[in-house]
Amino acid sequence: MGIRPLSQGLDPTEDSAESSLLARLHLDAPLLIGLLVLCAFGLLVLYSASNQDMGSVKRQLVRLGLAFGLMLALAQVHPARLRSWSPLVYMVGVVMLVAVLLFGDVGKGAQRWLDLGFARFQPSELLKLAVPMMVAWLLAARPLPPSLPRVLGAAVVTLVPVLLIAKQPDLGTAILVAAAGAAALFIGGLSWRLIAAIGIAAAGMAPMLWYGMRDYQRQRVLTFLDPASDPLGAGYHIIQSQIAIGSGGVFGKGWLNGTQSHLEFLPERHTDFIFAVIGEELGLAGILALLAVYLFIIYRGLVIAANASDAYGRVLAGGLTLVFFVYVFVNTGMVVGLLPVVGVPLPLVSYGGTSMVTLMAGFGLLMAVRSHRKALQF
Amino acid sequence: MLLDSSLEDRRRERHLVAVRAATAGVLVLLALLLVVVRLMRLQVDQHEYFSVLSRDNRVKVQAVPPTRGLIYDAQGVLLADNHPSFSLEITVEKVEDLAGTIEALSAIIPVDAKDLARFERLKRQRVRYQGVPLRLNLTPEEVARFSVDSHRFPGVDVRAELIRTYPQGALTAHVLGYVGRINAEEMTRIDASDYAGTHFIGKGGVEKAHEGALHGHVGYQQVEVNARGRVLRTLEGKAPVAGRDLHLFLDLDLQQAASDALGDNRGAVVAIDPRTGGVLALVSKPSFDPNPFVEGITQSDYHALLYSPDKPLFDRAVRGQYPPGSTVKPFVGLAGLASGVVDARKAKFCPGYYQLPGQSHRYRCWRRGGHGTVALEQAVVQSCYVYFYDLAHSMGIDRLQGFLKELGFGARTGIDVAGELGGLVPSREWKERARKQPWYPGETLIVGIGQGAFLATPLQLAVATATLANRGHFIQPRVARSTQVPGSPDSTELPAVSHPVEVGDPHHWDQVIHAMTEVVEGERGTAKRIQTKAYRIAGKTGTAQVFTVGQKESYNAARLDKRMHDHALFIAFAPVEDPRIAVAVVVENGGHGGSVAAPVARQLMDARLGGSRLLAKEGSGRGD
Repeated sequence: MGIRPLSQGLDPTEDSAESSLLARLHLDAPLLIGLLVLCAFGLLVLYSASNQDMGSVKRQLVRLGLAFGLMLALAQVHPARLRSWSPLVYMVGVVMLVAVLLFGDVGKGAQRWLDLGFARFQPSELLKLAVPMMVAWLLAARPLPPSLPRVLGAAVVTLVPVLLIAKQPDLGTAILVAAAGAAALFIGGLSWRLIAAIGIAAAGMAPMLWYGMRDYQRQRVLTFLDPASDPLGAGYHIIQSQIAIGSGGVFGKGWLNGTQSHLEFLPERHTDFIFAVIGEELGLAGILALLAVYLFIIYRGLVIAANASDAYGRVLAGGLTLVFFVYVFVNTGMVVGLLPVVGVPLPLVSYGGTSMVTLMAGFGLLMAVRSHRKALQF
Repeated sequence: MLLDSSLEDRRRERHLVAVRAATAGVLVLLALLLVVVRLMRLQVDQHEYFSVLSRDNRVKVQAVPPTRGLIYDAQGVLLADNHPSFSLEITVEKVEDLAGTIEALSAIIPVDAKDLARFERLKRQRVRYQGVPLRLNLTPEEVARFSVDSHRFPGVDVRAELIRTYPQGALTAHVLGYVGRINAEEMTRIDASDYAGTHFIGKGGVEKAHEGALHGHVGYQQVEVNARGRVLRTLEGKAPVAGRDLHLFLDLDLQQAASDALGDNRGAVVAIDPRTGGVLALVSKPSFDPNPFVEGITQSDYHALLYSPDKPLFDRAVRGQYPPGSTVKPFVGLAGLASGVVDARKAKFCPGYYQLPGQSHRYRCWRRGGHGTVALEQAVVQSCYVYFYDLAHSMGIDRLQGFLKELGFGARTGIDVAGELGGLVPSREWKERARKQPWYPGETLIVGIGQGAFLATPLQLAVATATLANRGHFIQPRVARSTQVPGSPDSTELPAVSHPVEVGDPHHWDQVIHAMTEVVEGERGTAKRIQTKAYRIAGKTGTAQVFTVGQKESYNAARLDKRMHDHALFIAFAPVEDPRIAVAVVVENGGHGGSVAAPVARQLMDARLGGSRLLAKEGSGRGD
């Protein structure tokens, strides 16, 4: 006999015609559909952004397959088990971060990779999942909202890996991991008073942050404030991506017809700056369609968080969903010139395997929270 | 109770998370709305602006340089050609790490010290944002090797261009000049837009004088480029107007004959067709190979040429200024006849010296004992100084120099060979200006025998001789006959500039020409050794005292001796009845004009008039 969800009526989006196959696979149909649409869209754009290189598309497709496989696997794990694994996963992640700093490979001027002999692995990716898991584990131990010591504990378990990652240095991932901890805390009911206090403290810390930054990071911020000051250097990315987007207009130059992208004026066009390719070729209309898909996925994630059966599931699901949003916002904000350039890909659209696997693993956890709402029977 | 509070906690938790999720949802919406607002500003409000930027990004206007016109001799022999060549160019302004780039490049394409030296020199002289060649004459394999790796070298390009070559090398170096890379100084003189894309410009000779016709006009094309400036396709354009081909009066056979005749002597030969003013031969020796100059000669090779005591770079034919010596006597004689101060039939007495009235100083004739009684004809034939002292004195410097200037002395002839110098005919004004001294009557005498400050180029001597041969029809000398649109019959004759020289009675021409004929044919003629039965020659020998060359070269006594020898001069034209060639020859330190310079002229005339063939017949006839 299959396991039947007990509390079907609690979820307003619950579809009584939901395929029992998906239910058996512990997959959430709306979320799955949203992700599939997004990935299909991403592959189409990638085909254009990579100058119609089927090789890139195929490699991306293979990664997507692996990532979906991982999602499917994680969806089978009962949240209670996830909860019990949380401290271990977190500890392993932090240890590996330390190992990276000590023994890691240097790539593009930063130490991010750990060579395990059979594969190269970026431990900071694991922390994008481990931090919300750990924060959720901490917060769920007592009824929400969390007490101040618990909040401080959550802050510590977030900031330790963030600082380790920032030291590599990998500002983009550090921001995402910090966002994961903060999002989990926010969903977990961090009091508004504390939020305000943290906001004020952060504003006060900004000058210190400035002095803590590396030269190239400072340069990025300066360039962000005034891209025209260095049009052929650091400002080039920003200027060219804005030209690409702006020249796309409402309906774009047409798929495969973006001159900025195809003539290589746009740097990183199939990775971090792929959003500009969409803006150029598909115009505002195409971007709004993409944002709608993102919004739907985020909405579905928040619904799953709100309807989770326990505090751990709620905080974890909410945190993961909001990290996904931070990906979208930081990337699009950077490409349109609202935010400084940091290395954050457009989730599930940018070419590249690492972040995709992490993201889909995160959705696997969301699916697990969604479908296992019954207490685990040991 | 416990259960109650637990249930209450769970209810509160559920509510709290739902509120937080909803709040997060609102924040997400607001954040994405911010992105959308920004997008609307970029894609709607500023769409036009960014469209223009996008188009400017990808569309570049490129200049298409015209093909330089070719140069042919009178027989249609190619003298200046364009040879396709690939060169590796670095646009210095676009390269961040120049040293590193060159090092990386030399790993693919061999670059030697000479290349580097030339690159450094051309880099200093470059026009901004114009490529500087690092390597020339790339082989097809080298081009292919670079193309594979070209993405690693922004600012480095392989340029296919047409390189000027001079198949005749040293033989035509002085008359044609050569082209070289445009330097910053030249850039200020030319129409920069017309030379956009052109890398070479005429640096001397015909190449410089006819730069306008040879260069043509620039074309352009709008091309789509990628971010690295690589051209992907041509959108539209306007074809360049190719430079016009140049057909010269210059006859390579005569040029060769003149060069051969001069042999290893330093000197110059100018031959002109009196009927057209066309320059048949313009030779200065020693010469140099102009081809290395096109792509930039190495510093050491250049210095070797520049500081050679033989001055191979110096174009003696149009820039060498020599005292004309006795070759000026036919012209001074003509001046005397024209002004009426002498009569061809009236003789003067030469005691071996001349004295100005009231002065004791004796101006010597070259023959100590004097020539006795001589009329104009014998005065020319025997080169009697005293006759011309008296003539010059009677005529006065003002009239004398005025007439000489009419024949083209003392000013640039205006030949289409760049760099010509004008020589000098002394006058009162010149003396006042140059030396701040009054004119002394004795100086007039010295002008009368072509010595002193009087300087003429071989070209001027040839032009004056041609004018004499033409009996007063002065034609400005020119090397180019016509220009032609390449590959079409559309040819334009270049106009001749001429003016008449009046000598009163036209008979005066015949009197002087007759005297010059006697120089070759007479019993006492100084050039009788070049007499031929094939045609009649009118000529005049001369020697010029050397007084400027040699002072700096006192380190070499043997050499100094040779260099203190007189220059040998000879002017002539033939055939006397229907002149088709007028020649001036200067052999530096050659000694006597009759024995050294005259045979050079004879060889040239033979080449022009077919005399050697006739002579051979004569010889065989004599054997019978």
